[in-house]
Amino acid sequence: MASNNSIKKTLIVAFSLCVICSVVVSSAAVVLKPKQLQNQALDRKSNILQVTQLYKPGDDIEEKYAELITPRVVNLETGDYSEDLDPNNYDQFDAARDPATSRTLSGDDDIAGIGRQEKFSTVYLVGNPDDPDQIVMPIRGQGLWGLMEGFLSVRGDGNTIVGLSYYDQSETPGLGGEVDNPRWKAKWDGKKIYEDGDFQDPQIQLVKGGASGEYEVDALSGASLTSRGVTNMLRFWLSDEGYAPYLARFHDDSQGGA
Amino acid sequence: MATDSVKDVVLSPVFKNNPIALQVLGICSALAVTNSMSVSLVMGLAVIAVTAFSSMFVSLIRNHIPSSIRIIVQMTIIASLVIVVDQVLRAYAYEMSKQLSVFVGLIITNCIVMGRAEAYAMQNGPAMSFLDGVGNGLGYAVILLIVGFVRELLGSGSVFGLTILPTVQNGGWYVPNGLMLLPPSAFFVIGLLIWVLRTLNPEQIEKTEYRIVANSKAKIKETANV
Repeated sequence: MASNNSIKKTLIVAFSLCVICSVVVSSAAVVLKPKQLQNQALDRKSNILQVTQLYKPGDDIEEKYAELITPRVVNLETGDYSEDLDPNNYDQFDAARDPATSRTLSGDDDIAGIGRQEKFSTVYLVGNPDDPDQIVMPIRGQGLWGLMEGFLSVRGDGNTIVGLSYYDQSETPGLGGEVDNPRWKAKWDGKKIYEDGDFQDPQIQLVKGGASGEYEVDALSGASLTSRGVTNMLRFWLSDEGYAPYLARFHDDSQGGA
Repeated sequence: MATDSVKDVVLSPVFKNNPIALQVLGICSALAVTNSMSVSLVMGLAVIAVTAFSSMFVSLIRNHIPSSIRIIVQMTIIASLVIVVDQVLRAYAYEMSKQLSVFVGLIITNCIVMGRAEAYAMQNGPAMSFLDGVGNGLGYAVILLIVGFVRELLGSGSVFGLTILPTVQNGGWYVPNGLMLLPPSAFFVIGLLIWVLRTLNPEQIEKTEYRIVANSKAKIKETANV
């Protein structure tokens, strides 16, 4: 055994072990990568379908998604669709990290607590892309323990909520974690965002002790800070900083149609 | 040690010499991942795989490991296996790996894995080391499932996601115990479990290692003089 402890042997063992292990680890990562990416994409699609409430258990996600959903990239500042960015390749989370494609939020502007916001966002249109039944928008913001990421779906009038659902959150199980509870999520259906077509100022909020009216949803009991986070992130993403310029288009459209 | 029977090697860590209940190892992950049965099960399987294969590989090269770097060698093997397990979970059990998030990676720091590599695999053949790893992983998984059962039943009123006690949030009668969903409750459950096991098997009770000596004024005086 003494020879095992010679410097030469030690170096040989260390080096060959490193080579073998790195080959094993990297080949596992490379071989499984396509499957993992497919899972991520599928997970995203299933989250989008779920927030539209058009998904029923047992449906084929890929098929249903291809049938119903058209992704588009929206310029958040002007509210226009972007012609240059391909919605199938654009990754707004990467964009939010890149100073060239995002902007810094600070102080009072940053009520959602996200730090940086991308200039373009992907939206998912349900039905006819020119006159969608629903518009699904990604939103995110700070909850109590960390960033909550989810989708908000509104009807074609740009004002009536269909659903709100989070695909990633780390709120307290049983309290703030109840944002995932189907019974709570069902309360969002039919709520309104803006009053009298005033797209400057979203009215929707969570209230404690019994929501009344169409701009209020029951807060989560025992989770004041999570509820505040949800209200703040909706206020942020539905304000001028977020999707308001884009949603205002639908308001004008529907008036023009009537 | 070479004469250990297969049955002993696999089963004794499950009940008699349980890594969590007797040796009190691997507690941190047992706290974090036991709020539902299905997560506990996947975590248990992941730990069984890592412990078994890391013990086997360490045992295979045990006669060539220089003692000066043996801990690093064991860690490298364990870490590689954990990454492979994590990648496999992400590819084939995506939902589950999202829930387990960082805790799969933290199997690397689970004392059970390293403990078996150092204590058993360094002295025994690959086949027995593999079984020893399976046994200890099983011991870990069994405790995880018991804790997961208690926590999921009392915290969410369900077992493996199937509703047993309909909760108030879903229109039932059961007011769930929120504490059970938070990590500290696993401390209580594991503590009670260890109490039960040691009451049933009194030989598991450790001897008190030291007694606190009563303070005496004379002693303080003595130190003051020095």
